[in-house]
Amino acid sequence: MTSRRSPLSPLTPQSPQSPQSPLELVRARPNPAFTVTFDDREITALPGQTIAAALWSAGITSWRTTRERGEPRGVFCGIGVCFDCLVTVNGQANQRACLVRAEAGDVIRTQEGNGHHE
Amino acid sequence: MNERPHLAVVGAGPAGLAAALAAAGRGVRVTLIDSAAEAGGQFYRQTAAALGARRPQALHHQWRTWERLRDGLAVHIEAGRITHLTDHHVWFVERHDAPRGADGADGPGRVADGAGGFTAHALLGPEQEQPVAVRADAVLLATGGYEKVLPFPGWTLPGVVTAGGAQAMLKGGLVLPGRTAVVAGTGPLLMPVAAGLAAAGAKVAALVESADPRAFVRHARTLAAQPATSAAKLAEGAQYAAELARHRVRTLVHHTVVAAHGSGRLEAVTVAALDGDGRIRPGTERRIPCDSLAVGHGMLPHTDLAQALGCRLDGLNVAVDDEQRTDVPGVWAAGETTGIGGAVLSMAEGRIAGLSIAARLDSRTPDVRSYQAAAKARTGLREFFAALEAVYAPPAHWTEQITDDTVVCRCEEVPASAIREAVDELGAGDVRTVKLLTRAGMGWCQGRMCGPAVAGLAGCAPEPSRRPFARPVPLGVLARAGETDDQGNVTAY
Repeated sequence: MTSRRSPLSPLTPQSPQSPQSPLELVRARPNPAFTVTFDDREITALPGQTIAAALWSAGITSWRTTRERGEPRGVFCGIGVCFDCLVTVNGQANQRACLVRAEAGDVIRTQEGNGHHE
Repeated sequence: MNERPHLAVVGAGPAGLAAALAAAGRGVRVTLIDSAAEAGGQFYRQTAAALGARRPQALHHQWRTWERLRDGLAVHIEAGRITHLTDHHVWFVERHDAPRGADGADGPGRVADGAGGFTAHALLGPEQEQPVAVRADAVLLATGGYEKVLPFPGWTLPGVVTAGGAQAMLKGGLVLPGRTAVVAGTGPLLMPVAAGLAAAGAKVAALVESADPRAFVRHARTLAAQPATSAAKLAEGAQYAAELARHRVRTLVHHTVVAAHGSGRLEAVTVAALDGDGRIRPGTERRIPCDSLAVGHGMLPHTDLAQALGCRLDGLNVAVDDEQRTDVPGVWAAGETTGIGGAVLSMAEGRIAGLSIAARLDSRTPDVRSYQAAAKARTGLREFFAALEAVYAPPAHWTEQITDDTVVCRCEEVPASAIREAVDELGAGDVRTVKLLTRAGMGWCQGRMCGPAVAGLAGCAPEPSRRPFARPVPLGVLARAGETDDQGNVTAY
């Protein structure tokens, strides 16, 4: 079958070099980006995004280690039900990254165990 | 004080919105309480406004229906008939026995059958520490559902997300879980999720559906018994199939994910074909490299608020009558909390509930003719989804794939071996006993994630959990929760 161009497709063909992004898909014109830090590393976030979305955008998929096995965890349910995405934001542990909106200057840290060791 | 009766609607998804619009249109004062920043629920989850999406409908289906709901809501808010409380997480609905008010204010607001009104207790904002209370004469629970995921080795690796979670992150925050995704499990949600991820630029390496195509044939008669419903639903399915074909997504039916692999994060999944008995067909295993897996095995209803109010359940769902009334006077329920069936069914149920509430709060019996079309749609869609539930099924022997070291309870990190020991050696035969012996289900999520898996491993039917509160509540808030001012409708305490 020859490739057909759909209204949803980008003008350039899909290839690993030029992936179409969700922002392109909905023709987003976001408000200006800002910076937050994750474990002292600066990352860029867009206004409106949750902490989890900002971390995903930066290619980060885990930000908690479990209490017993020390295993990495990140988003699982994405809607606030599972509590797997707990993270420490501005010194406050056990925040659900999928619910909390990112704000300019947020200091985000990997949460180890129950988050109360520090 | 406002003399018009006051309805609190919990949940601003399709069911809650349809109910709020129907009730407000007939003179009821409505407070719509929802945990999200914008109305829409999970199905119509909105992209955050600051992201400036100029074409949000590219991530949605049935967008015209959403526009009608959205515009209707805006008109009622403007006119002061609906108050929309966003970022409000309801953790408990309190029922008052005695008629409230020393002045005996039994105005039109009193529910005819004697309930003394309700207080919906909510926590404000994502931090969920500041309490808010909403007084109402009647309550509609439209709390929706969440996804069921059955465990398999590797399912706790970062990069493994629920199918609905991947969709929620995409719709809400315009982000993808990775560059190369596999979508797997069973159920009607998988196709739209795969199509959405592909449209947004992810490479979808495979859609892995465990349902046996022969099951569709077996249930063809039921599926076709409601011609209007079936035609609409089949057209929807065909649309998704076309989108998947356009993005060259290959679909593997009667296949399952055997395991997820990776060190520190997902790197690949092993999938295999199923035989006629629903077991892995030996020799068919193959490895698919991917950095994300969106997985789901159907939906479960949120029933915590209803259970705490004492509403009767029918299986896992809130039981309702033809008017969407629960068996607790003054409490209605609509949408997926009363049974999983999608957005269109939710809207039909919500409309019926809203019309019933408007009549009952005015001490009238609702005119059945006013919701004849919605009732007809409700009947057809319920039958259709009952048949779908029989078709979309996880592999019959899914528990056999769970290795002993697989973590089943994600919060308390309880491995399958501990659950098997509780069942085989300690004689546990139900979810509650397993929980007491192993801590499975005792953690943050209160068994919402592992409940179905624990039931499967224990060899018993999934049962509704009893949770006193629908979400974690700070102790300080709990201690002062009784001290509400019953004069105002929205009271911070």
